[in-house]
Amino acid sequence: MHPALSVIFFTTATGAGYGLLALLGISAALGLVPPERWLGLVALGLALTLITGGLLSSTLHLGHPERAWRAFSQWRSSWLSREGVAAVLTYVPAGIFGIGWLVTGRVDGLVAVAALAAAAGALITLFTTGMIYASLKPVAQWHSRFTVPGYLIFAVMTGAVLLHAVLHLFGNDARGLGMFAAATIILGWAWKAATWRHNDALKPPSSANSATGLKDGTIRSIEWPHTEENFVLKEMGYRIARKHAAKLRRLVHLLAFAVPLAAVALALVAPRWLAVLSACLAVAAQAPGIVTERWLFFAEAKHAVTLYYGR
Amino acid sequence: MSAATIAGANTAPSQQPLADTSAPPDADGIDTSPPVSDEIKQTTCYMCACRCGIDVHLVDGQVRYIQGNRNHPVNRGVLCGKGAAGIMQHQSPARLRKPLLRVGERGAGDFREIEWDEALAIATERLARVRASDPKRLAFFTGRDQSQSLTGWWAQQFGTPNFAAHGGFCSVNMAAAGLYTIGGSFWEFGEPDWDHAKYFVLFGVAEDHDSNPIKIGLGKLKARGAKVVSVNPCRTGYSAIADEWIGIRPGTDGLFLLAIVHELLKAGKIDLDYLVRTTNAHCLVIEEPGAADDGLFLRNDDGRALAWDVKAERAVDALAAEVTPALTGRFTVDGRNCVPVFQLIAERYLDDAYAPAAVAEQCGVPASTIERIAAELAHVAFEEAIELPVAWTDWAGRRHETMRGRPIAIHAMRGISAHSNGFQTCRALHLLQVLLGTVDVPGGFRFKPPFPKPIPPTNKPAGKDGGAPNTPLSCAPLGYVTDPEDLLVDETGKPVRIDKAYSWEAPLAIHGLMHMVIANAWRGDPYPIDVLFLYMANMAWNSSMNTGGTMAMLTDKDESGAYRIPFIIYSDAYYSETVAYADLVLPDTTYLERHDCISLLDRPIGDADGPADAIRHPVVAPDRDVRPFQSVLLDLGARLKLPGMVKADGSAKYHDYADYIVNHERSPGLGPLAGWRGGDDNRTGRGAPDLEQLQRYIDNGGFWRHALAPEQRYYKMANRSYLELATEMGFLAKAGPIIFQLYSEPLQRFRLAARGHGDVLPPEAERARLETHFDPLPFWYAPLEETMIDGNAFDLHAITQRPMHMYHSWGSQNAWLRQITSQNRLFIHRATAERLGLADDDWAWVESPHGKVKGQVRLVDGVNAQTVWTWNAIGKRRGAWMLGENAPEAEKGFLLNHAICELLPTDANGRRYSNSDPVTGQAAWFDLRVRVRKCAVSEVEGTEPQFPTLKPPPGVATPPRVLDFGARFRRRREARP
Amino acid sequence: MTSLPARTEKQLGLVIDLDTCVGCQACVTSCKEWNTGGHMAPLTDIRPYEDGADGVWFNRVHTYEQETKGASRTVHFPRSCLHCAEPACVTVCPTGASYKRASDGIVLVNEDTCIGCKLCSWACPYGAREYDTDVGVMKKCTLCVDRIYNQNLDEADRVPACVAACPTGARHFGDLGDPQSPVSRLVAERGGVDLMPEMGYRPTNKYLPPRERKACGVSDAPALEPAAGGLLGWVDRMLSR
Repeated sequence: MHPALSVIFFTTATGAGYGLLALLGISAALGLVPPERWLGLVALGLALTLITGGLLSSTLHLGHPERAWRAFSQWRSSWLSREGVAAVLTYVPAGIFGIGWLVTGRVDGLVAVAALAAAAGALITLFTTGMIYASLKPVAQWHSRFTVPGYLIFAVMTGAVLLHAVLHLFGNDARGLGMFAAATIILGWAWKAATWRHNDALKPPSSANSATGLKDGTIRSIEWPHTEENFVLKEMGYRIARKHAAKLRRLVHLLAFAVPLAAVALALVAPRWLAVLSACLAVAAQAPGIVTERWLFFAEAKHAVTLYYGR
Repeated sequence: MSAATIAGANTAPSQQPLADTSAPPDADGIDTSPPVSDEIKQTTCYMCACRCGIDVHLVDGQVRYIQGNRNHPVNRGVLCGKGAAGIMQHQSPARLRKPLLRVGERGAGDFREIEWDEALAIATERLARVRASDPKRLAFFTGRDQSQSLTGWWAQQFGTPNFAAHGGFCSVNMAAAGLYTIGGSFWEFGEPDWDHAKYFVLFGVAEDHDSNPIKIGLGKLKARGAKVVSVNPCRTGYSAIADEWIGIRPGTDGLFLLAIVHELLKAGKIDLDYLVRTTNAHCLVIEEPGAADDGLFLRNDDGRALAWDVKAERAVDALAAEVTPALTGRFTVDGRNCVPVFQLIAERYLDDAYAPAAVAEQCGVPASTIERIAAELAHVAFEEAIELPVAWTDWAGRRHETMRGRPIAIHAMRGISAHSNGFQTCRALHLLQVLLGTVDVPGGFRFKPPFPKPIPPTNKPAGKDGGAPNTPLSCAPLGYVTDPEDLLVDETGKPVRIDKAYSWEAPLAIHGLMHMVIANAWRGDPYPIDVLFLYMANMAWNSSMNTGGTMAMLTDKDESGAYRIPFIIYSDAYYSETVAYADLVLPDTTYLERHDCISLLDRPIGDADGPADAIRHPVVAPDRDVRPFQSVLLDLGARLKLPGMVKADGSAKYHDYADYIVNHERSPGLGPLAGWRGGDDNRTGRGAPDLEQLQRYIDNGGFWRHALAPEQRYYKMANRSYLELATEMGFLAKAGPIIFQLYSEPLQRFRLAARGHGDVLPPEAERARLETHFDPLPFWYAPLEETMIDGNAFDLHAITQRPMHMYHSWGSQNAWLRQITSQNRLFIHRATAERLGLADDDWAWVESPHGKVKGQVRLVDGVNAQTVWTWNAIGKRRGAWMLGENAPEAEKGFLLNHAICELLPTDANGRRYSNSDPVTGQAAWFDLRVRVRKCAVSEVEGTEPQFPTLKPPPGVATPPRVLDFGARFRRRREARP
Repeated sequence: MTSLPARTEKQLGLVIDLDTCVGCQACVTSCKEWNTGGHMAPLTDIRPYEDGADGVWFNRVHTYEQETKGASRTVHFPRSCLHCAEPACVTVCPTGASYKRASDGIVLVNEDTCIGCKLCSWACPYGAREYDTDVGVMKKCTLCVDRIYNQNLDEADRVPACVAACPTGARHFGDLGDPQSPVSRLVAERGGVDLMPEMGYRPTNKYLPPRERKACGVSDAPALEPAAGGLLGWVDRMLSR
């Protein structure tokens, strides 16, 4: 699949944003973070900026962004529509949560309920995003049990690493969250490794034989219907060299998981100045790492239509 | 006349509209009945030479949609990939807009736009000078010209013998072999009996000509479960759906055919009855080596060939109705030793040299396959014969209660034609057809009227004296020689024509040798010319062998700094590669903006069940300052005061081509169109010009067809009713039978000349070549180039064909067709590629003894392992056709022509003959031998050779970056109240 | 609208005969020609006269070689929308622009509500949908919905443009929901198949596989035996009958 930057940015940014929102909502409601206004402003502001930026970016690849509102109508059948609905609905509790926190300086009562609702909305939105991909049968790498949990785990992981850095920056105690972040990184790492192992061993259900209805033997594409790339190939025929993919996977291991894990661990034990730096380093490393992960998520996904092109 | 007999092709129950075509109630509210067009005009397609009937839907005067005309005899409602892309041809940004005069160096593409008056004045002045001094210094050659009866007549009136169209580099071997053997050939001459054939054999690359009729026919064969066999080095298109594909080595079809003949003769599986009734198999041939008439037919005092009557035990008129002829043995008649043709046939082809085992390796076809195909042919011909319950009467008045047929149909095209042994190979093919008794019988190959013609047709080529100042030729420049006396050579044996057609080099060059015109004119061999006048022939690119050399010849100058080819006039509708080489460019219209006639005098479109002709008429007006070439030619003719083109007062006789189509008479009552002649009584065939004629064609869908009566539809060579009709219509001069010439006496006459007999003798150096190739019975010899080069060094054959969606069309600037194919690959057998270390998409050099080109390979199984092939003419010169600078056509597309030489290597006598068939002069494109070599890593990707980018001509707008043609129709639809 | 109709009155579609298709591209350009001025007009072409030319087409023809034990054949393969009974391209659409008609089962796109998100093209394993970058909406085969019911066309022309044009007659059209319809009977007779049945989209269009390359009744032609007495003896005997 073509790794379109707008979609990569959309999924990674909203992922981190919703992850952050979910963590903030839960931890604020449970009193695990101090209800400081500045913290609320920055952390929630960051979450909502990522979410909003991501959502706006997702409209960039639309042919008719001005009609985007129509996408809320088909929630009964379309995961994309559900995602839109969930995303928009989540703004309501998130708004109450944020305004409540900033105005009252407390997260309790209705604000706490809104915080939990915002967290739930964030997780539901993430789930719908994952389902958009997981429901696509023509892409075997996506149409798998790994996809939805992956979206949730990476969102929470990136959200946690972000929140961890924010807490450090504001001089709050981040030990608990540090440990949580480390745990999500380990989980995410394991999940990604398992996903790749699964995908590498994947036997897609379709073949050139089933695609053409020519049941026996080897089918070789001799001539395409067009000598240059058309929409189908540009959109779904992306190919990545195995060597290149391996290199990028190593980069993901390093930036999305290894460095952030080490940095978060360091922050647990290091003096404050170093902990702050280290927590920021975790974010700085994970951001490109997760973008690379998402780039690979698309680039390594093979659409069934490519069978018609001998790919 | 009945259009009613033509049913649409796709009429199976599963191809019909829904039983109820009223729109179902659906909540989406879409308009299922939008208006389609304001008007439908019916004309004739010109996307190739198939010439299908089309219905052109117009909206606001714009072409909205082109579909097949369901009533048209050629395509019966279907339309090929080109025809349906005709809108883009018509809309092409490469259309020329105004006459152009060269202002810079030739080939650079520097022009200025001029008015038509100036253009015509320049041409008239130049041509008048030529005509007044030495008319043959005009070489007038046309390419994919569908108006050869006009262009040939114009050349005749001008007085130059130097006229031909593109047949010489297309399929003249096929045409000549057919016309000298059975009185017709394939394509416009005849077609398989699609409705009755049980076994169909297709030879050679044939996906081009007769496009839709063959496709419709293949569909019918498939539906009936007939066996389809394809003999072709490449397994594309039709071969892909064949039940059996025989991937023969190029140039060996003749061997394969004669091995089948060997098998059939050995087993006695031939139709003796048919041979005696329809061929010269029983005619007696004089067998007296050394005699001046050795090898000619024994004739009586009336000049009629004799046969030995076994009952009367004497020689009798071979054509007498009640003869019981001997086919075998040797006889002495009036002291002359003679032998029936059949005895010679038997002796030659029973020879072990033609045994399947002897030819298998050469052909690349296992002996067992050849034997099996022969057995299958024999089985179908003799065990599965069919009979139609239609009574008919033969030429001698004998009534036959049924029409019997041997249901084997054979079709062939350029694949066997474009070799230097193609003429004799095509003769071998006709021999096989005739031995099996499958020519113009139910289930076999069928003639399309006006064929069969006398064998060969009776008109001789004109211009033996080379033409005289201001004097027309006595008849048309092209014709049929039967004797060395008919050749166009001077007393020293030197060719009269610039292309050396009808010379000792190519005596039966009935279509000329267009591929030699530029090279000969450049060399001044046999003489220099003054004006080269070309129409629709892309000689500076894909229509020439040795393309780079040709471009150099077109721009080469002599010591005085003058161009060796002094003046070039070119007419084309598009900015083709050749435009840049013209001094004067006459822009033509597109096919939707013009009149044309698809005439029985020319290359007819009839089918086996009835002669037909058709017209084009303008369905839209040109939006540019262009004129139909034929009208321009008539205008030029009038300005030059050519006989037939001016009235007594010197004014133009025809104000345009349409006027000519209606009012021109070739002989009294015979004109370009056969339908609706002769005023109110609507005579067909012969009749006075009728001013309403074009309108009647338009009213009838753009064509005329005369359906043959059932009893006229087969055995046309011997069918009294048909022969009488053909005479009445002017197809034949007399209603006598047409006797297939298995043994060709005209060929033997040339052989005798080579042996020193007769008044017109070939130069000594030519004699061995004539002796060898003018064998009166078909034989196989290795393609000429193959015998003169190192076969080990150039171990592969290289051939080309056009893809079906571009054949005969200018597809590369068609916005739709070029999206399908804008780069050609070199297709190579998987095993061969492995041996050469080649993988898919590798760049490779294709090197011949003459030159080399670079292209990207594609590995396939479906090709003869000793053969590589590619789609032809995809490669374009940078800048031509108004394509972008980096268009794949120029960047990656390659033209095999660069590797093909127009000349053979130097022979033992130090001579270089043209790379052509020695009998007909057919360009031997498919003789090409090459080696393939993987490009070095250091070599940049992209095709070579490259030539300087052509500049766009003045006045031609930059092509659009976005083409949303069609949006206008929607806007109009949606603007409706 | 993107919820699928529980059932459709008819299930209109195409049947494509791979045994007869010669890959001539007639269906491709006739489709382009009709539809570029038709219901989804235009089928925009970007850079039509340059490198990177890329237009919207509803029908594309591939060429394959199929190699089976010791044998190989070339197959031309037209590919277009299969008008599936369970098309995910419809259910994934967030706006309802993509829909399946309840009356005849044709899958269409409403260009007025399409936002151009391209998700439907991702959901289609057959590559049937092509995005018009110039107009910003997804386009696809309409089964010539503006021809098959068009009262402004001659009755005989009310078939999809590709079916009308196909020179070998390799394309068929009709109601595949009706087992007694001519197309359904053809499919049954010839063993028509679904493409990628494992996707579960239940395509309506069917493909007729190439027939066994049997010798069509002449495989049992007996080998030729030399004529008794040699050819010339045989000829003499034959002529003296």
